[in-house]
Amino acid sequence: MRLDRYPFDMTTLPNKFATWLTRKNWALHPHQLAMLETADLPAQVLIAPTGAGKTLAGFLPSLIELAEQPSRGLHTLYISPLKALAADIKRNLISPIDELGLDISVEDRTGDTSSHIKKRQRSAPPHILLTTPESLALLISYPEAANIFSGLQRVIIDEIHALAESKRGDQLMLALSRIQALCPDMRRVGLSATVKDATEIATFLSPTSPTCPILIADAGPAPHIQMLSSSGTPPWAGAGGLYAIADVLAQIKAHKTTLIFHNTRAQAELFFHNLWLANEDALPIAIHHGSLDRQQRQKVEAAMTAGALRAIVCTGSLDLGIDWGDVDLVIQIGAPKNVKRLVQRIGRANHRYNAPSKALIVPANRFEVVECLCALEAVQENDLDGEPRPPGGLDVLCQHILLCACADTIDPEVLFAQIKQAGPYSAVTRREFDACLEFCATGGYALRRYDQWHRLQQDPNGDFKLRDPRSARRLRLNVGTIQDSDTLKVRLHKRRGGKPLGEVEEAFAATLAPGDTFLIGGQVVRFESLRDMVVEVSRHAHKKPKIATFAGTKFATSTQLSKRILKRFDTENFQGLPAFIQKWLFQQQTLSRLPSRDHLLLETFPRRGQQHLVIYGFAGRNAQQTLGLLITKQLEAQGLAPLGFVATDYATLIWGLEKITAPEALFDLTDLEKGLADWLGENAVMKRSFRAVATIAGLIERNLPGQRKSGRQATFSSDILYDTLRKYDPEHILLAITQSEARQGLVDFDRIKELLEKRATRIVHCALPHVSPMAAPLFLEAGRVPVEGQAMDRLLAEKATALMVEAGLEF
Amino acid sequence: MPNLQNSSQYRSVNGFPFTLSGAALLALPSGALWWPELELLCVSDLHLGKAERISRKGGANLPPYEIQDTLSRLERDLEQTSASTVICLGDSFDDLSAERAFPEDAQLWIARLQAGRRWIWIEGNHDPGPIHLGGQHMAEFACAPLLFRHIANPASSGEVSGHYHPKAQVSLRGRARSFACFLLDETRLILPAYGTYTGGLRCDHPTLDRLINKPGLAILTGKSAQPIPMPRAKVT
Repeated sequence: MRLDRYPFDMTTLPNKFATWLTRKNWALHPHQLAMLETADLPAQVLIAPTGAGKTLAGFLPSLIELAEQPSRGLHTLYISPLKALAADIKRNLISPIDELGLDISVEDRTGDTSSHIKKRQRSAPPHILLTTPESLALLISYPEAANIFSGLQRVIIDEIHALAESKRGDQLMLALSRIQALCPDMRRVGLSATVKDATEIATFLSPTSPTCPILIADAGPAPHIQMLSSSGTPPWAGAGGLYAIADVLAQIKAHKTTLIFHNTRAQAELFFHNLWLANEDALPIAIHHGSLDRQQRQKVEAAMTAGALRAIVCTGSLDLGIDWGDVDLVIQIGAPKNVKRLVQRIGRANHRYNAPSKALIVPANRFEVVECLCALEAVQENDLDGEPRPPGGLDVLCQHILLCACADTIDPEVLFAQIKQAGPYSAVTRREFDACLEFCATGGYALRRYDQWHRLQQDPNGDFKLRDPRSARRLRLNVGTIQDSDTLKVRLHKRRGGKPLGEVEEAFAATLAPGDTFLIGGQVVRFESLRDMVVEVSRHAHKKPKIATFAGTKFATSTQLSKRILKRFDTENFQGLPAFIQKWLFQQQTLSRLPSRDHLLLETFPRRGQQHLVIYGFAGRNAQQTLGLLITKQLEAQGLAPLGFVATDYATLIWGLEKITAPEALFDLTDLEKGLADWLGENAVMKRSFRAVATIAGLIERNLPGQRKSGRQATFSSDILYDTLRKYDPEHILLAITQSEARQGLVDFDRIKELLEKRATRIVHCALPHVSPMAAPLFLEAGRVPVEGQAMDRLLAEKATALMVEAGLEF
Repeated sequence: MPNLQNSSQYRSVNGFPFTLSGAALLALPSGALWWPELELLCVSDLHLGKAERISRKGGANLPPYEIQDTLSRLERDLEQTSASTVICLGDSFDDLSAERAFPEDAQLWIARLQAGRRWIWIEGNHDPGPIHLGGQHMAEFACAPLLFRHIANPASSGEVSGHYHPKAQVSLRGRARSFACFLLDETRLILPAYGTYTGGLRCDHPTLDRLINKPGLAILTGKSAQPIPMPRAKVT
C-alpha cells in the first residue's frame, strides 16, 4: 500500500494514526481523506485506479472506529471476487494494525478455510471478516446468522465493477439485503475500477439511498498504448499472434516484468509453447490460466510477486486482485474485444500510480488490425463501452429464498420487501417473487403431485419453512452462481496418481485417440487413456500437438467498436492502417465487397465439400448469433441441410450440405419474427442456458468432485428435464428465465430488426468461387453451434455405415 | 456375430432387424424390443415414479411428467406394433414406495394398456417385490429360444436383459453425442433404459466391456435404430 506524497490535512485524523503516518513518511490521498469525511453515509462508491490505495481508503474508517470505540463481534465485512485477494488483504491489514498497536482481529473466510475455523467464526466472529459472495451467501443460511452479524457496521465491496457484471453480484446484493434487515445501520462502500457509467454502480450498490456519492480519484497520467510495430505480418486468419514472437521477446528483454494477455486459454497455451521454443536466453517465463492446476497457478503467482519472472503468458485469470509487483509492460495479443477491459487491465500495470502505464496491442490476424486500431482510438477518446446491466436473475433469487429458508421461517411479505432493497432486484414484481417462491416450495408445476414431499411447506400463518430441516445441508452444498463446465482433470500417467496438470473440456477429451498430443501448461503431452473420468497423459511427445479446448469466458467486441470499423470502411478511411492491411481490404473489395453501413453484405462460397453463407451484419455477437439460429432454421425448413454456424461481432458464418442460390430470400422480417420463440426452444444454446439456470435455482444439483468418477450418471442430463418441461409445462418459470436470459445474451431481436429494416432493401449478395479474405477468420472462431436436423441425421447414417464397413460388419 | 437380416416381412415396423439364438427380432428406435413372430414387445428400466422418489429422499421437486411421458411412448409403441404380449424387464418402478404411491390416473392408464394383453413384470433390483398392478410377476421368463431377466448372467446364452442403461458416444464432426443403445453379441442382448428420467452407463465401462463379446454391436436409439460397432475403451 505504498503512497506518494501529497499535501493533506491531518487534523481530521486521531493522534495515533497521524503519528503513525508521519513516522512512516506516508501521506493520504485526497480521496482517502474524502472517504473518511463521508464515512457516516449509508453508501458510497470510490472509483480509483490500482495503486491509489483503494484498500486503505476502504478500511481506514473501520480501523479508526475500532480504535476509538473497541467493540466485540463483527464490525466490518470485506467482500472480494477472489479468495486469493481476501488472503492478500488480510496480510496487508495485519501489518498496520500491529504497527498501530490496535486490538483488532482480522480473518478470512472462503472455500479454502478449514471447517473448524469456519464453525468457530460463526459463534465468535472477528472484528473484520474478509470473504467472497458465495461464502457470504452461506453465512446467511445459518440459523445463527442474526448473532453473527449483529453489530455489523460497514461492508466494503472490492472490485465491485467486476461483481456487478455477473450473477455473483446479484447473489451478493441479495445477501446484503438480508443482512441490512438485521443491521439497519450498516453502511456500504463500493471500490471500483474505471467504468463507463459510474451511476450504474451506485444504483447497484444502493438503489434506495438518496445520495450515494461517487468519489473519483485522480486517474493518474494517461496510459501509453500503441500497436506493436512488427517485422512480421499477421496471417490471413488465426488467433495467437505467433508471427510476433520475436518482437514480443525483444520487448520482454527490454522490460522488467511483462504480462502477455490472451483472449482464450488455448491461445495462451499455443503462444507460450512457441515463445518458449524461441526463448534462447532461457528467460524465466511462465504461463497462468484458469484451467491449470491450482498449485501450479499459486507457484506462478508467488514468483510473480517476488519479481522472479520476466514474463507471464496469461488470460483474464490475472485481471483481478493479485498484486502485479513490478509489471511494467502489458501486451494484449489479439483484439481486446472490449475497450473497458483493456483500459482496466492497462491501469494495473506499473502501479506506482504516478508513472504512465505501458501497453502494446498485437493484432492476431489481418481483420484484427482494423479492430485494434479502432480500439486504440476509443481508448484515446476515453470512449468506454458497456451494455446496461440487466435486472437480477430470478434463478439467483430462487437460490436466495432457499438459503433463507435454511436459516429461518419465511414470511413472504417481509422477504419481498427485503429483496426489493437489493439493487438488481429493485424492479421485481410481486408476481415474479411469488412464482419464485412457488418454485422453491413445490417446483411450481402445472401438474400438482406428491404434495407431502414438497421442499417448503406453508403453515397456517402463511409462512414457509423447510419440510425436512436436513435438506439444508444439501442446499448449502449447491450454493453459488459460478457454472462448472464439463471438464475433465488431466494427470501425468503413473501407477499411483501422477501429477495433476489441469483440466480440459470433456468434448475435447472425447475426440482424443491414444497417441494424440495436445498442449497443457506449456508442455506437449501425449494422450494415454481415459480412466475414471481422468485424462491420463505422458510427456515426451514429438508430434505436432492438437489444440485443446478449455473452458473459460469468451468476450465479444462491443458494438461501439463495430460501428467504428464500419465507418472506416464506408469512408474508405484507411489512414493508420499498415500497407498489408490496406492490400487485404483491397483484395476483399476486388473479390467481393467491403461491408458497409448502407447495405447488408452476404457472401456464399464452397469450401472443403461444404457450402457456406456469410452474413456481415456488424450487429454485435449476440444479434449475429440470433441471426444464425433463425437463418439456419429457415434453411432447414427449405431442405438445405445446414450443419452449423458460428457468430462473431461482425459476421455469421453458416455451413451446410446444400448450396444456397438465393440467400436474399431468407431475410424476410415477418418470416423471421414468426416462431422465434419456437425456433430458439430447440437449440443447443438454450439447453446450455437452461442447465445453468436450473442448477442455480436448485432443480439440479451440482456435479461435485468425486461424484463423477465412475462414469455412471448419478443424475440424468438436464436436457431431458428441459425437453420434458417444454413438452408438458411450457409456461414454467425456469423456461421463462432461460428464455429471457438467452434473449439478453442472444440479444435483442430488436437489433436484428433495426439491421434488417434499415438495410433489408439493399441486400448485396456476392457468390464467390472460394472463401473471401474477410470470411477467412471466421473459420477459426470458437463457439460453433451445431444444428440438429436432416444434416446431422445424414451424417450419423454415413458415419455409422462407415464404422460398420471398417469393422467388417457390413450387411 | 449375430445374424443380421433384412427381411421385408418386418418393414411395417421401423427398426433394426437381427436374430438372437435363431429368434428374429427388431430393435425399435424408441428403445423397445419387438419379436414379431410372438407379437411380443419388451421394454426395460422404466423407473416410473423417479420424480416422486427423488423428492421423497429430500432432493429437488422434479417435473412430475415422467410417468406421462414414458407411458405415452409405450402406448405409441404398442399401437404401432399391435403387441399382444408385453414384458417389462425390471426396474419398472424407481422403488417399491414409488409403486405404492403410484398415482391413480397412471394406474388406470396401465390397466388400459394391459387390457387384452398378456403383461409380464420381471423383478428388478429397484423393485424386487411383487407389484400391485395387474399382470404376471416373475423373476425370469423363459420363452424359447430366449430367456428374459433383469440382470445379465455372464454364463447365459440367448438372454435378453436390461439393468445397465447402456449408452454410446459418437463423435460427429468433432462433437461428441450420446445415445441410449442396445448392446448385442451372439449370446445376449442388453436393452437400453426406456424410462424418461434415466441416466446411463457408457458402454466402454469395464462391466459392459466384459459382458459383451468382441466386437459386439451397439444399436443407437433416437430418430432411427442405427447400428454401430460397440465402442470400446481407448487404452494404449
